[in-house]
Amino acid sequence: MSFGEPAPADQQPDSFTFTGENLARAQQIIARYPADRKQSAVMPLLDLAQRQHANWLPRAAMDAVADLLEMPKIRVYEVASFYTMYNKKPVGKHLVQVCTTTPCWLCGSDDIKRAIKDTTGVQAGHDHRHSDDGQFTVIEVECLGACVNAPMVQINDDYYEDLDYERMCGIIEALKRGDAVPVGSQTGRRGSQAQLGPTSLIERAPDAVRAAGAPRAGEGAD
Amino acid sequence: MPKLTIDGIEIEVEPGTSVLQACEQLGIEIPRFCYHDRLSVPANCRMCLVEVERAPKPVASCAMPAGEGMVVFTDSEKVHKARKGVMEFLLINHPLDCPICDQGGECDLQDQAMAYGFDHSRYAENKRAVKEKNLGPLIKTFMTRCIHCTRCVRFADEIAGMPEMGATGRGEHMEIGTYIESTITSELSGNMIDICPVGALTSKPYAFVSRPWELKKTESIDVLDAVGSNIRVDSRGSEVLRVLPRLHEDVNEEWISDKTRFAYDGLRRQRLDRPYIRGTEGKLRPASWAEAFAAIAERLEGLGGDAVAALAGDLVDVEAMVALGDLMTALGSPHRDCRQDGARIDPAVPASYLFNSGIAGIEDADAILLVGTNPRWEAAMVNARIRKRWLKGGLKVGVVGPNHDLTYSTTYIGAGPDSLEALARGEHSFAQRLTAAERPMVIVGMGALARADGAAVLGRVRALAEATGMVREGWNGFNVLHTAAARVGGVLAGFVPGQGGRDTAGILAGARDGSIKLIWNLGADEIDGPAFGDAFVIYQGHHGDRGAHRADVILPGAAYTEKNGTYVNTEGRVQLAKMAAFPPGDAKEDWKIVRALSERVGKTLPYDNLRDVRRRMVEIEPAFAAIDTRIKADWARFGAADLPADPAPFVSPVETFYMTDPISRASETMAKCVTEIEQRAAAQ
Repeated sequence: MSFGEPAPADQQPDSFTFTGENLARAQQIIARYPADRKQSAVMPLLDLAQRQHANWLPRAAMDAVADLLEMPKIRVYEVASFYTMYNKKPVGKHLVQVCTTTPCWLCGSDDIKRAIKDTTGVQAGHDHRHSDDGQFTVIEVECLGACVNAPMVQINDDYYEDLDYERMCGIIEALKRGDAVPVGSQTGRRGSQAQLGPTSLIERAPDAVRAAGAPRAGEGAD
Repeated sequence: MPKLTIDGIEIEVEPGTSVLQACEQLGIEIPRFCYHDRLSVPANCRMCLVEVERAPKPVASCAMPAGEGMVVFTDSEKVHKARKGVMEFLLINHPLDCPICDQGGECDLQDQAMAYGFDHSRYAENKRAVKEKNLGPLIKTFMTRCIHCTRCVRFADEIAGMPEMGATGRGEHMEIGTYIESTITSELSGNMIDICPVGALTSKPYAFVSRPWELKKTESIDVLDAVGSNIRVDSRGSEVLRVLPRLHEDVNEEWISDKTRFAYDGLRRQRLDRPYIRGTEGKLRPASWAEAFAAIAERLEGLGGDAVAALAGDLVDVEAMVALGDLMTALGSPHRDCRQDGARIDPAVPASYLFNSGIAGIEDADAILLVGTNPRWEAAMVNARIRKRWLKGGLKVGVVGPNHDLTYSTTYIGAGPDSLEALARGEHSFAQRLTAAERPMVIVGMGALARADGAAVLGRVRALAEATGMVREGWNGFNVLHTAAARVGGVLAGFVPGQGGRDTAGILAGARDGSIKLIWNLGADEIDGPAFGDAFVIYQGHHGDRGAHRADVILPGAAYTEKNGTYVNTEGRVQLAKMAAFPPGDAKEDWKIVRALSERVGKTLPYDNLRDVRRRMVEIEPAFAAIDTRIKADWARFGAADLPADPAPFVSPVETFYMTDPISRASETMAKCVTEIEQRAAAQ
């Protein structure tokens, strides 16, 4: 079940080549590093390859990156297998990562998992699980760093925050229909603003202070 | 020169020395798993922790440079506590399966757990299990035992130059392996078994065969190539069960090639364990020694010395060649040759056929020209030494001849003698590189010398060596790389055509035209049967290989693990192979066979025991007495630079690394290597 393992041979494509456009981007990325340190570009190139190839990295793509960077294949495998953001096996169109670490869990990540189960039929667990229609791949993950807006999920590159059962169901249904879903908080709050409105910096600073120059941090809160 | 105090003892060390190395200089043993003195230092096992005064926590001594005024404690309570902690963590996921583990009895983890382990585990959870990897026919894996020291990864990357192993996954899921299942293709892969500090990588052919304390350990040398790697032969009863490297800094350091290590199962197969005589119906039939000798004596009866000849093969010890040479002299025959491949070296000038700089001398070279050789297959340890030198930087390697991947970058100059001439005329940029180099070196292989124009090539290489300053006071960069362990010893012992004698080609031509009527073939297995014409062939050797198939009488001899024999390696180093097991059946040590036959034909040789034979050897060549010393060779004119050279490209004599001689051809393990590597090549 380990994330690091490659996909079985029958799922591996025979070959992988960067598209002309991506190859040009790859060359741009490589140019950022000294010529004798080409292999520094391995991570962005793997990402590029993954984006080109249905969001997962077949062996052929890793080999292509190794050839491009003139590094031993095993050194690329090591990098690719280390990071969980590289998918070594095929994933659905929507890769749903549900955070279940303490803050999200306290704010109801169990409901989110239930919503996903009810809409996609997939019970989130510690490995990639796919819906029957192949559209969704679900996995339970540790903290994604959006605790203030808990609970949250990450779908492909985007965060969906301030979720509850209904909102999660709504998002999945919208994705199924192919509709656009606004990313970020689903309750409309901006960024990570406090949910009950501002609790600090809510008064105007006294005129004397404003006249003295820019207010210093914390002064306006009194 | 930093001065530090370790356990109250002051020591001054070279700058850059690590604390661990400083401790070793004082004879203080520091436990370690990941640290290996020939590999890079990752400091990931943490077993070598020591206490350093004013340091907030224990320090990994392998990666800590010795500093001025450092005060180190290696035996304090804090150190013991720290190491015990490390050991407990290492053992969390390590299966305690020592009773069924092949490493048992020679395991670093087992030994160090005796010093730093607890008598019970505090870990009640499930241990992690890791799937086995298939690394090919040589290395057996049991990856659950792996403690992630990464020695094998670093070995493959640094020493072998074949980055095939890696650490994939992360944290709990980290695994050592090849990621995509594949055979390890390095010809040095067996050394990973030795450096693995636990039982994760063990020998596949040796799996569940024996325990180390049951084995008789014989310090010997390898004869399957001309390097003369120092080995330890482990045997039980009459069976050789495994071969391990022995440290010799000037020859093989602490590594050996896979052929050296794994071809020993060939010693059990295809053996000639009794004499045979070819009957009237053309079939070989078993015979007694007396019958075999009678058949030979009958044939020799009335034959003039000029109709008798002797050839010696690649695995023969000097003792046997000296005895056979003396017998030929007694029979009045000058026809003998130990160069079955027809190498055109000049027996009169040792400098023309030795690896003059020594194998360790490679480390001083700054430009190397390879001529007609693929050192990776012909002498894997020499190739490893070139790679070691290359890794240090500043080395340029030029290639004239077969252009293979040698695990380091090379400049391809050309395929044949034309390129040598171009170099001599300074037409290739590598010529300037050679002239500018402080210590230039040329390595000439048998691919360049074992051909009809070998003398012309040899002369051209000598001229080039002289022109580019390879030979000067204190440095001789003219090196010949042999492929046969017996070659240098044979030439030194005078097993070459005497006055008016024929060489290999001449003897075989004589056999075909009928002027040579009897050939004594002492283990020369690389000559095809029909080449012997109608001559009566006595084959003396240990394997039923090519030579035995064409024999009229077979005399069963002893293989290199079954006799006390002298061998001289390609650099002219005299070394002794020791008897580890008895020859099978009726087989005998080779010099004794010759001695016994000499008595039967009335030409009794004047030696009855090994000491006398060796005395006779020293009489022929005093250097044979100086064991583990390289022969001194003075520079002289040799070769024939003025003769025309055939423009045909040089071809390495070794086509398949794993099968080069009767022993490795009989080895099942080597056969598996060949098929697996062919499969892999076909898959790519």
